[in-house]
Amino acid sequence: MNAVPMSDGLILGGILFALGLAGLLMRRNLLLILVSIEVMLNGAGVAFVAAGSRWAQPDGQIMFLFILAAAAAEVSVALALLVRYYRMRGTLDADTARGLGE
Amino acid sequence: MLGLLWLVPAIPFASALVLAVARLPRKVVAWLAVASIAASTVISLLITYSFLHTPPTGNAYTQVLWRWLDVSGFHPDIALYLDPLSLIFMVVVAFVSFLIHLYSTEFMIGDDGYARFFAYMNLFVASMLTLVLANNLLLLYLGWEGVGLCSYLLIGFWYRDPVNGRAGRKAFIVTRVGDTSFVIGLFLLFQQLGTLNIQDLMRVAPESWHVGSGVAVAVAFLLLGGAVGKSAQLPLQTWLPDAMAGPTPVSALIHAATMVTAGVYLIARTHVLYALAPSAQFAVAVIGAATLLLAGFSALTQHDLKRVLAYSTISQIGYMFLALGVGAWPAAVFHFMTHAFFKGLLFLGAGIIIQALHEEHDIFRMGGLWKRLPVTFWTFLIAGCSLAGLPLITAGAFSKDWILWGAASASQGSTGLWVAALIGVLLTSLYTFRMIFLVFFGESHTPVTKKPGAAMLIPCIVLAFLSIAGGYIRIPFAHFLEEVLPWTTRVAAAVPLSETASATAAGLVFLLGLVFAWFFILRRPSLAKSLATNPAGAALHRFWFSDWAMDWLYERIFVRPVLWIAQIGKGDVIDGSYDGLAILTQGGWRALRSTQSGKLRWYAAAIAGGTIVLIAVVLFL
Repeated sequence: MNAVPMSDGLILGGILFALGLAGLLMRRNLLLILVSIEVMLNGAGVAFVAAGSRWAQPDGQIMFLFILAAAAAEVSVALALLVRYYRMRGTLDADTARGLGE
Repeated sequence: MLGLLWLVPAIPFASALVLAVARLPRKVVAWLAVASIAASTVISLLITYSFLHTPPTGNAYTQVLWRWLDVSGFHPDIALYLDPLSLIFMVVVAFVSFLIHLYSTEFMIGDDGYARFFAYMNLFVASMLTLVLANNLLLLYLGWEGVGLCSYLLIGFWYRDPVNGRAGRKAFIVTRVGDTSFVIGLFLLFQQLGTLNIQDLMRVAPESWHVGSGVAVAVAFLLLGGAVGKSAQLPLQTWLPDAMAGPTPVSALIHAATMVTAGVYLIARTHVLYALAPSAQFAVAVIGAATLLLAGFSALTQHDLKRVLAYSTISQIGYMFLALGVGAWPAAVFHFMTHAFFKGLLFLGAGIIIQALHEEHDIFRMGGLWKRLPVTFWTFLIAGCSLAGLPLITAGAFSKDWILWGAASASQGSTGLWVAALIGVLLTSLYTFRMIFLVFFGESHTPVTKKPGAAMLIPCIVLAFLSIAGGYIRIPFAHFLEEVLPWTTRVAAAVPLSETASATAAGLVFLLGLVFAWFFILRRPSLAKSLATNPAGAALHRFWFSDWAMDWLYERIFVRPVLWIAQIGKGDVIDGSYDGLAILTQGGWRALRSTQSGKLRWYAAAIAGGTIVLIAVVLFL
């Protein structure tokens, strides 16, 4: 049962997080940016689960459930915003969304 | 009845607040403004009746409203003090204010700032009444500054013209010079005697200081400085002629009848101090005599009707100072009262004339008005005769003869002062009749476009009556004031004359002035012109016209050096440090501004980068 060492779990989480961050920074499509954020969240979740299994505590898995719930809420709001944004601008290019720039 | 005293200043103050805050139709504004002053007047008359009928113990009444502040032994009250002196000032101020408010309701009817005007005027009346009723010098100073503020606001009432704003600032700054001296005097008084309550001061001062002691002289001179500034006496008189930039009722009320006599009131109120400082009292007399002569000469040369009256006011207050300085205390107060009547009336008449001639101020462009403005003419003539001192009939003659008699016989009187006052009578008579002849006689130069209505004429008629009748109460007046302001007598009279002879001399000099004026203005105008155009005459004329070049002098001695220092002080170290701060902030703003690009992915990268830096800091430091 104690097959996977914690360092492996953390490395996997770190790789997932780094991939997500790279996607977030490089993608221009807002939808794919959203997907990248999901990947980052899952990376963090893997780290939690690995840490929880290392100390044989349920907390890590509970935290992952919380992350899932937060991600679900975030995605529902973000998708609604994206739909509005697409109807307004006719595009999902993140670089066109510069209304806050000075 | 005396318990109602606090209402006298409170009602105008409340009305001023309402007028300042609420937006009311013109009719309501006029009613409220006049009714509040009328209420004050009625209450003050009731109080007078009760005061005369059943005098309070000690012939004085104190009403403590509340404790103002209490700081380590210094605890002035908001308290009112009523004795014969403050009673006279209160009644005259309230009554004349009422008449002038009534006049203003019609005078200002076409003005945009109708409510603003009456708010200021009511505030002025409230402050002036506080000034004369205050029982301690701090409260008196509050009223003192209040009237100064209202004076400033009303001189600059038509603020769209920068000239008026400048005149207002000049009045404020010049009187501030005197006010500063006054307030230093208050500090000194408190530091020495530990109280500012006027009655306590007047009781303690003679016990603590002997006659002529340095502190007493210093205090008396410092208070005199305040009085000189407020009452436009030499050397701080330059603001008053410019103050004529305000609306004419303001000139009548503030710059003739009431506020400018605050200095007279201050000195009369603290006369015990001057008795302790004979040199300061002598200075009061000399300032008064010099001012009345200098301003009299200046009045002779003015073209602007209101400026003639302004110089005349300075000159008449000079008479009051002279009376104070020689120790003829009641004469000064009596002249204040008659002056309030006739000078208020002269200004009201001038307002009617100026409006009737469509804002014409130049007396040489008037003329022949006696037929077209008959009521104005007769009232103006009565006031003019009162000002010049037509003997036996007018109030002004009674008060002026009394001052002359004081200059001859009161404790500090002297021949020189008496002669100066007599020359002053000649000057007064000359400039008054020069003005009357030019304005009302001769041929007309400007058509009359507007006739005054009842609201403007009734105050004139009432004041004309008082300009005559006011003189006949001299003896009861003196009796009434006897306890508070006793007449002082010299051991041997300075001038070997009886009172009747002194008055006769004044009467003859008055006639002389009248004849001269008639001769030069109506009979031989060419002679006056040639006198004024020959080189010496022209130079003298210019000199007098510019108020003895006093403004020119002050401009060079005070105004320009101050401006110059301000100019060179512009880029000093302290300024530099503030400028540096501004430049630094601007640089920071530029740097941070570039980060606000609005690009979503840059923000994300910045967050990620920042987090990495933070983690690195936590881990490796």
